[in-house]
Amino acid sequence: MSYSVTDPSPLSRWIAGVTVVLYAMITLLPLLWIIATGFKSPEDSIAYPPKVIFEPSLEGYVNLFTTRTRISEEEQATPPPAETWYERIAREQGQSIAGPSRYGERFVNSVIIGFGSTFLCMVLGTAAAYAFSRFRVPLRDDLMFFILSTRMMPPIAVAIPIFLMFRQLGLNDTHLGMILLYTAVNLSLSVWLLKGFIDEIPVEYEEAALIDGYTRFQAFTKVVLPQAATGIASTAIFCLIFAWNEYAFAVLLTSGTAQTAPPFIPTIIGVGGKDWPAVAAGATIFLVPVMVFTILLRKHLLRGITFGAVRK
Amino acid sequence: MAEVTLSGVTVRYGTTTALDALDLHVPDGAFMVLLGPTGAGKTTTLRAVSGLTRPDAGEVRIGGQEVTGLTPAQRNVAMVFQQYSLYPHLTVRENLEFPLKSPLLRTPRDAMAQKVTRVAETLQIAHKLDNKATALSGGEMQRVSIGRALVRDPVAYLMDEPLSSLDAKLRADLRIELKSIQADSGATILYVTHDQIEAMTMATHVGVLDEGRLVQTGTPREIYEDPVSIYAASRLGLPRINILPADLFGTAPPGARSIGLRPEQIRQGEGQDARVTRVERLGDQTRLHLNFRDHDIVTVTDPHTALRRGDVVAIAPHRPFFFAADGARIRA
Repeated sequence: MSYSVTDPSPLSRWIAGVTVVLYAMITLLPLLWIIATGFKSPEDSIAYPPKVIFEPSLEGYVNLFTTRTRISEEEQATPPPAETWYERIAREQGQSIAGPSRYGERFVNSVIIGFGSTFLCMVLGTAAAYAFSRFRVPLRDDLMFFILSTRMMPPIAVAIPIFLMFRQLGLNDTHLGMILLYTAVNLSLSVWLLKGFIDEIPVEYEEAALIDGYTRFQAFTKVVLPQAATGIASTAIFCLIFAWNEYAFAVLLTSGTAQTAPPFIPTIIGVGGKDWPAVAAGATIFLVPVMVFTILLRKHLLRGITFGAVRK
Repeated sequence: MAEVTLSGVTVRYGTTTALDALDLHVPDGAFMVLLGPTGAGKTTTLRAVSGLTRPDAGEVRIGGQEVTGLTPAQRNVAMVFQQYSLYPHLTVRENLEFPLKSPLLRTPRDAMAQKVTRVAETLQIAHKLDNKATALSGGEMQRVSIGRALVRDPVAYLMDEPLSSLDAKLRADLRIELKSIQADSGATILYVTHDQIEAMTMATHVGVLDEGRLVQTGTPREIYEDPVSIYAASRLGLPRINILPADLFGTAPPGARSIGLRPEQIRQGEGQDARVTRVERLGDQTRLHLNFRDHDIVTVTDPHTALRRGDVVAIAPHRPFFFAADGARIRA
């Protein structure tokens, strides 16, 4: 196949540039607003007209990670010396830090469940996609359709049966339960996406490896997997984003030990008035892992776009 | 090295039969070329020997040992594919090392470097060893692909039109190279091609396949000079053998339907008149297109011939082949 490539004219470059910048502003503005709110004082966060320039404060982050008690008038008169910077910030609000909040645990839960289900989904998805792509699986097309059909309704439609099932199995509010659930929901997507990527890899490579003295499994790991890296990376990002952001099942099925960050963040609002800076701080920190994961894998994503450019 | 024997091998793809109870014997150290048009079963034969395709019936023996149920790795054969199937994520060197690193061979590091260097020099790709496999030209890719087979010491080499994607000069070089490698090492090679020069120059044995059956085996000369049928006769020879009604030049043996004339079986300057319709000057040879009693005949003449379109030349058959109605040869 051949392509004719012409350099874009200055005008079209300019239009493209402006479009990209505008789009970036529209999508990034709410994000920037959340990040900014995390560094505001509670008064600034609800000021009207909204404050763009403000005096930064770490109050939101301190409130996010701590539980505090109000200190009485006499104690305020003769305060014990504030030993740390976060204790000092709490004192300025007339509060004293009583202990850590549960945000840290919830965040760790999100990491375990999000990455755990993504990993499991990749292992199962790649294996299933490879089998569907390469072997004469009986009823292949019907099975592929069945797998897709699990995605034809919103997952939350089966919330009640899943809730009952989990209760019977003792999976309510467990990490294992949530990992299995998110893996089950994401698996159809990952099988379909990965099958597409593996179909693109010519079977001759594996046949060459088989003749070069490798077993089928070794040919898979040494020849197919490196070439499917692009597809695996982009599929993993999709799976992680779903599991990471999922809210409805998390509210329904977790309450304590396995609760993820999304259902926890809104509960911050209830503690001592509407503490928007703490909510914003929670949301900001919550965004970081997915951003880092995507940035780490972006090399593969870019390669995915140019993948079709080589001669077949 | 070892002999390769297929007996009664049948391979079906769905409803089509690619190999129909094929019997084939490749002697130890032979360079056997398989000839036949697309769909005759040449590639399927290679796949059955390599183990990539399991036959539906029959058995494959390599070196006297039955290998029908074994995996490709267990058979220890090397194969060069028609499309250059280099591993795109590896460098040229890593591609050449790949078979040596396999659990089958587990070659020590210095022996591996030695072998890779030697093969790279033979195939003139030593300066490209550290390039990515995808950064090569088509010809270079195919040489690496051949190199990946040559670094090993397999019991047999299987080659599926390995030179078809190369330019003429490189093809000529590699033809000589492959032939001398085979002659030096005594390797058993099963080789598929459409190219008659490859078949004539390299083969010690030729097998003619037709719809999954072996119709004739022999040396290239035997196939050329003593074909068993029109089909076998048409596999070799450029220009192709002329097939004409048996009685066109006079009497024919009983039962003969067609007469087959290769260029050297047509004597010029004696016999009956034919009209020249076209003179094709190819440099080293000149082809003469003739019209004889409303039949077209293509033959070869002196490169410096003065004949022109419209001239008349007398022709006579000289020890022609006669074929029966079913295409089988009728021997005098």
